[in-house]
Amino acid sequence: MCTVCGCGDTPKIEGQANKTEPHTHSHPHEQGDVHQHAHEHAHADGHSHSHPHEHAHRHDHSHAHGHAHEHSHDHDHDHDHSHGHEHGHSHSHDHGHTHAHNPLHPHHHPHAHSHAQPLLHFGAGAAGVSVAGMSQARLIAVETDILAKNAVYAQGNRRVLRAMDSYAINLVSSPGSGKTTLLCKTIEALGDTPLAVIEGDQQTSNDADRIRATGAPAIQINTGKGCHLDGHMVGQAMDQLRLKPNSFLFIENVGNLVCPAAFDLGEDAKVAILSITEGEDKPLKYPDMFTAARLAILNKVDLADACGADLDAYEANLKRVNPAIEILRVSARTGEGMPAWLDWLQAQRIIKSSPQLA
Amino acid sequence: MHEMSLAEGMREIVVEQAQRHGFSHVRILRVEIGRFAGVEKEALAFCFDVVMRGSPAESAVLEMIDLPGRAQCFDCLQEVDIVDRLDPCPLCGGNRLLPVGGDEMRIKDMEVS
Repeated sequence: MCTVCGCGDTPKIEGQANKTEPHTHSHPHEQGDVHQHAHEHAHADGHSHSHPHEHAHRHDHSHAHGHAHEHSHDHDHDHDHSHGHEHGHSHSHDHGHTHAHNPLHPHHHPHAHSHAQPLLHFGAGAAGVSVAGMSQARLIAVETDILAKNAVYAQGNRRVLRAMDSYAINLVSSPGSGKTTLLCKTIEALGDTPLAVIEGDQQTSNDADRIRATGAPAIQINTGKGCHLDGHMVGQAMDQLRLKPNSFLFIENVGNLVCPAAFDLGEDAKVAILSITEGEDKPLKYPDMFTAARLAILNKVDLADACGADLDAYEANLKRVNPAIEILRVSARTGEGMPAWLDWLQAQRIIKSSPQLA
Repeated sequence: MHEMSLAEGMREIVVEQAQRHGFSHVRILRVEIGRFAGVEKEALAFCFDVVMRGSPAESAVLEMIDLPGRAQCFDCLQEVDIVDRLDPCPLCGGNRLLPVGGDEMRIKDMEVS
């Protein structure tokens, strides 16, 4: 989230119930009593008790009238609660949902525990962590990347793409550079080539609607106030898209030249689109994104004369911030430069699937 | 940039470390931030204070350590340290430099009790 643009809101992914609502969930048990996971349980004998439920903790409580019941929570969060009740009936319930905790695609079961940051959730809630007898100051070496979890999701996406022999492009640009138009024209030109599209925007499904109108499968991610897509959002969208083998996956990131530079989605390449109405010095103003991109598409070149745009100056500034960047001059509207872009795409995919060429 | 996401990532790491090492309070948390990481340090400090509330790092001191920006000069082919992203090569004055280091965002260590 930016303090500038204020992201951090709950993202919505089309076709998916919003997983992030804090909620409680309940499990019916053999005796017909209900045990609510957040954590209230009402018992058959008419008493109910509630206790906050957090992961990786132990809570012991006992009731004076104590019947012994045990629940074995099959999920792998070491919590250990024993209830001692002594009025003579015992029951055991076993609410066997298993958090498989595959770090690549965690929590695909339809309930989620409520956490401060649901998208990067590995089951580690903000637990009570006080440990008796531990008061001495000490230094703990951590050496962990702050975005390490995003990297794990991105790596998972990359593995899926590799398994499907597919190639993913993360399209990044300012808002209004012509990403969606370029994408629609690209889809038309690719004809029967299998492909899928993930559209990221703060609001609306307009872009996904435009893509679907071409016949291509598309999923819209609304980031709410978020200023970028992250690896987990893309992984969830990929699950729904069910990529065909040998596909192109186009990920149209939120229009923003700042934040998306830092978030690896598992893509094979970032492609930056820079429309020639934006100003020749844009690469100098936002160097991070153009540094992260492998290819820059100078789009809307059909307007160059009308705008008095100096295309060579655009290219020089792109090379200034990223001497290794490749550049193509394109007009998605007139089709100028489109063959070179399509060749670039096909060549990238061939290189990826032929390690001896890489 | 995206400092709130970073602060939330830091909170998760803190909570995980607290469970693993059994501490309840972080006094000082040291992070290494590369000059090219795109992190606005004041924004990160602000977000850190907000996000860490209710965590073991609530009211912890956040110390940020700058790591230099490293770049490869495409003119003299040397690897050099630069301060600003658009600085010329300190060796040959060339303007075509590609960053090769300095995008780190890492929790280095924590003083805990």
